Amino acid sequence: MNIPAEYMLILSAMLFFIGVFGFFTRRNLVSLLISTELMLNAVDINFAVFNAYCQPQHLEGYIFSLFGIGVAAAETAVAIAIIINVYRNIHSIHIKKLKNLKH
Amino acid sequence: MDINMIIFGGLAIVMIVSALFAVTSSKIMRATTLLLFVLFGTAGLYFMLHYTFLGAVQITVYAGGIVVMFIFAILLIGKGSMDITQTSIRRYLAGMATALTGMALAIYLIMNTDFHSDKFTADGVDMKLLGNALMGTEKFNYILPFEAMSVLLLACTVGAIMIARKK
Repeated sequence: MNIPAEYMLILSAMLFFIGVFGFFTRRNLVSLLISTELMLNAVDINFAVFNAYCQPQHLEGYIFSLFGIGVAAAETAVAIAIIINVYRNIHSIHIKKLKNLKH
Repeated sequence: MDINMIIFGGLAIVMIVSALFAVTSSKIMRATTLLLFVLFGTAGLYFMLHYTFLGAVQITVYAGGIVVMFIFAILLIGKGSMDITQTSIRRYLAGMATALTGMALAIYLIMNTDFHSDKFTADGVDMKLLGNALMGTEKFNYILPFEAMSVLLLACTVGAIMIARKK
């Protein structure tokens, strides 16, 4: 295997900033959550790559990735529950309609 | 040009294109499916690093759990209210400028840093070692975060039921 670590890091950086772009431009709660998942996923790739290329005798990055995946699952479950509740209350998930917490 | 590089290139192209369309597509169901492709590509990257357990976890939790939850939410809310209205051109340009600047900065820093990243071995991780690291109490063992994660998942289950239940 002779893929340089830099290629993997560049791939994950691009995925992360595509997620940032989506987070800035999307106007819908579910789409915002999809962008967040892209960013979390890119960060997990970074942990695994640094573990594999820099400290292969240790397991820190590997286990951090595992815990990151677990936290992402918990976060998505709660966020989707909140989104369904928001929809039940105001019949829309467009973020322009979510004004009650603004001030 | 060896086979690993070809596989990596294919994965990278699929992931980048899927991610781009996932954040620009106007159909929410299509965006979710493209997110699924990105997650499968990430699992492929983990398999290329010989981290097979991590790849399996990625497929089960992300592709099997999170995407199914997304699809449930979309179907519960109804696709009609999901029309992704076009955002203002000013916000679009601001988001693109931020993303491109950040991407350029990150790529510049990655290319100009020496990570001492030449220690890759194709051994993968022994499952016994991983299990001991997750459940052990010695130095470099992770029983405390493991148990904290179980409490977090329990709290999240209770919280999600509390929030989403009908009054």
